[in-house]
Amino acid sequence: MSARIIAYAITLVALIAVPYWISGDYYINVASQILFYAIFALGLNILVGYAGLVSLGHAGLLGITAYAAGYTLQAGFGHTTAILVALVLGVAAMAIYAVLSLRATGIGFIMITLALGEIIWGLAYRWISITGGDNGINLHGRPEPFGISLDSPSAFYYATLVVFLVALAAVAVFVRSPLGAALMGTRDQPRRMNALGYHVWAIRFWACLLSGLLTAISAVLFVYYTQFISPQALDLTASAEVLLMVISGGAGTLLGPIVGACLVVVVKSVVSGYIERWNMLLGAIFVAIVILMPEGLVPGTMRLWRLAWRKAERRSGKAEAKP
Amino acid sequence: MSRKMTRRKFMAATAAGAAAASFKFPAPAIAQAAPFKLGLLTVKTGPLAQGGIQMEQGVLTWLKEHNNTMAGRKVEFFSADTGGKPAGTKTKAQELIERDKVDVIVGPLAAFELLAISDYIREHQTPTLSLAGADDLTQRKPNPFFLRPSATSSQAMQPMGHYAATEMGKKKAITIDFDFAFGYEQEGGFQAAFEKDGGCVVKKLWAPLGTPDHTPYLAQMTGCDVICQGFAGSGPLAFMKQYANYGLKFPVVTGETGGDDALLHAFGDEAVGMMSCCPYTLDLQTDGNQRFVKAVVKDFNVVPGFYAAGLYVNCDVVEGGLKGAGGTTDNKEKFMAALKAVKLKDSPRGPISFDHLGNVVGNFYVRRCEKMSNAPYGLKLWNKTVKTYENVSQFWTWPEKDFLAHPVYSRDYPPVKAC
Amino acid sequence: MTFWLLLTANSVTFGGLLFLLAAGFSLIFGLMRIPNLTHGSLFMIGAYFGATFAGGMLGTMFNFWVAALMSAVLVALFGAAIERLLLRQLPGQPLAQVLVTLGISFMVADFCLMVWGGDPIAVATPPELVGFVRAGPLVFPLYRIAVIGIAAVVAIALWLLLDRTRLGAMIRAGVDDPEMARVVGIRVSQLFTIVFALGAGLAAFAGVIGGPILSVYPGLDQYMLPLALVVVILGGSGSLVGSIVGSLVIGFIYNFGQALLPELAYFVLFLPMLLVLLLRPQGLFGRFVP
Repeated sequence: MSARIIAYAITLVALIAVPYWISGDYYINVASQILFYAIFALGLNILVGYAGLVSLGHAGLLGITAYAAGYTLQAGFGHTTAILVALVLGVAAMAIYAVLSLRATGIGFIMITLALGEIIWGLAYRWISITGGDNGINLHGRPEPFGISLDSPSAFYYATLVVFLVALAAVAVFVRSPLGAALMGTRDQPRRMNALGYHVWAIRFWACLLSGLLTAISAVLFVYYTQFISPQALDLTASAEVLLMVISGGAGTLLGPIVGACLVVVVKSVVSGYIERWNMLLGAIFVAIVILMPEGLVPGTMRLWRLAWRKAERRSGKAEAKP
Repeated sequence: MSRKMTRRKFMAATAAGAAAASFKFPAPAIAQAAPFKLGLLTVKTGPLAQGGIQMEQGVLTWLKEHNNTMAGRKVEFFSADTGGKPAGTKTKAQELIERDKVDVIVGPLAAFELLAISDYIREHQTPTLSLAGADDLTQRKPNPFFLRPSATSSQAMQPMGHYAATEMGKKKAITIDFDFAFGYEQEGGFQAAFEKDGGCVVKKLWAPLGTPDHTPYLAQMTGCDVICQGFAGSGPLAFMKQYANYGLKFPVVTGETGGDDALLHAFGDEAVGMMSCCPYTLDLQTDGNQRFVKAVVKDFNVVPGFYAAGLYVNCDVVEGGLKGAGGTTDNKEKFMAALKAVKLKDSPRGPISFDHLGNVVGNFYVRRCEKMSNAPYGLKLWNKTVKTYENVSQFWTWPEKDFLAHPVYSRDYPPVKAC
Repeated sequence: MTFWLLLTANSVTFGGLLFLLAAGFSLIFGLMRIPNLTHGSLFMIGAYFGATFAGGMLGTMFNFWVAALMSAVLVALFGAAIERLLLRQLPGQPLAQVLVTLGISFMVADFCLMVWGGDPIAVATPPELVGFVRAGPLVFPLYRIAVIGIAAVVAIALWLLLDRTRLGAMIRAGVDDPEMARVVGIRVSQLFTIVFALGAGLAAFAGVIGGPILSVYPGLDQYMLPLALVVVILGGSGSLVGSIVGSLVIGFIYNFGQALLPELAYFVLFLPMLLVLLLRPQGLFGRFVP
């Protein structure tokens, strides 16, 4: 137990010290991207991993929040108003998503979310008066919490890190809470949960709202990082990408989505500078994960680690047993 | 149990092999002392890769021909694949500017990519030369660090509209294009010029981006005497094929993406008779162009078109600017001013200069696609230049003030009037 | 008048092409409960193979129909390999299935870009089908009518397969109740490989048949996969009649929707899909609620 706490402490220190041991603003920016995509993946994981509901339309929700922030800023309001409007609209959109999608489970849920995502994508192109069509909306400036400017990569990184840690803590608390346990119950045994008197639909709905809140938070960070929003950020490949982050890292675990986000962002942003066929590489990595660790990188690595540990123990035990 | 392990190992090895096979390094980066750093933002994966790959070919051809030297300085070339997504474009722009410290950026490909980094390049004062057509970036929302040696979205379609009304004598046009900004600006330009010269646009059809089958729109093409299309990517090929298949006989006019010479090898008889107005034409018989085309054919075994020529010309302009600034780029404003002052006489697209907003003024060529069984480079079709408009600016024949007074071309502007 | 006739005729053509695309997906999903997200890429690579064989890029120029069959067989083998080596290890693990099928689709798409480049490739209409059919004011390409015929032939062949052969009976049993099918002694895992290969081959065949109409280009997979999904959802999975009806309905919605409601062209397919999912999640003829 204490070994785990030490590991967490070291990771925390490493994260805080990123601008010092990672040389170059560019890589600090990549680190920021990893963090807010991780929040996005954590949000999706609430549904995919803990509720057993796979959504292929989450990029649409990210888009709604981002467009809300962009539009509000463009209309002349300040950053605080924009962020609040964006978060409220994002969660409200998720509530509508949930009401529509929760009419089905399994593949039906996937298809409804896919359809909703595609409809929102189409709206982003066509509702030009609000979204600017594929010219998108440009954002200017970043909020200044407590008067600290977030323009520099390090400053933005720290702001993102703080939000990420809070989000991670919130998810951790949720997972260990009675609601979290109930949610996992509805994932594994929905009929039994129903029989036991749990309101399965309501539990799933609240999980959707939490997922929506995390998605909205990541969308705000995303749009302030990129300073731009356009329909390309909402399309089917974007939804598929975040889903792949969750699954490849390990759905239903706390660290899995973070590892998955790290994998995809690093390949897309860093490795793509060295390897021309990085798309094929990414696909090959996914296939490799399915072959070697179908449950995901995090659970798979822990399983292999435990196997190796046990093998080492057995070998040392055998060595000792020899007279 | 052991059989499963063996199969797993085989699969793992295959996957590792596939991963290893994907190790192919992008363009060569030659490190020199005090080099001039040139960055390229292009798209090499996904549906936009068609133009993006050609863009890189244009730059590589230029570098090879000039021995990797610009104005006496060795060039260090950085090629970045944005993936065609604005977030990726921003990331790669940051990579080029913050990590690789490039002196100038050529690219990106798409208008939405350029809009995503417009503020960023202005902030970092990095001169950027792009093919992206977004009209307003050199009109109502100009970016002082942006230079466009190719054309605005509407710049080629305006002379096309004029030509269709005057030389072709057409009176009623139906336009069709993809339902996004590049489409709106192209058709807006065509309509404005066509109607100025007495024509009338009867209908404006918009196909959702990526539509594979154009029948719903082809079925509406009646009551006109000319069709104007502005598709890009694979669109022109599919559209012309389907157009011919339905036996539609109206002449078709198009812009630089619809008439891209790089597509000549893919077109069949359906393209014969298609008129296009482009900033670049393969059949330009100047030294500058012939040298360029021969080099691309030799290095890459492809016939160049709008994208490759555009980036080659961009490199010419960069060198011209570097010479004009005395070989140093320490003073960004001076370098930018030198770039804007560049005047080329014999670029592959002919003579060019820039207006005060950073957009090109140059020749635009109207060509007819003809069947030619012994065309150069093994082609069976050839775009033959029938008219050259010289000194064409982004405002066509309107005074700049009047042009800028009306809103940017959009889906509803100019509006469709009764004919 | 011509307008309505033309669009009606094309609705049936497009529906026919969609049927060829979606039938394979519906079979795979119906029997194996696997959403085969590689389906769009299989369509695309089948089209590329077909263009290569029929276009003489390998030295010899094959007959268009031979090229289509060759392409279908090649991709069917590829599909069988995917099923045996990868998907077989993942029964009942939908997340891993999604990961592996999407991963393979990335690899296939990039492979196509690597081999055939970024430029679009035209596929010549087979010479015996060039030309039009004239019915009064209506001018309709002969090839598009042929597509209707081809789709009908394939539909009948599939129906005969499912209804009249032992294999078909086993497939239908597997769709209705996989556990009982196993209990009764049906070699379900072998069946899976055959069905996946069949579905993959159908997708590739559809790609080649669609070639003269759509051409082949990067990004084709990303457009065709959602179309297949929409058809299967509307018509219902695991049902041949469902695939036929779904394809026709989507064919009509695609043509008339885009022509008559241009403002809604971006939503014209997904709004009906959403409505069907909300009101009748198993689709019109589905044998089970997915």
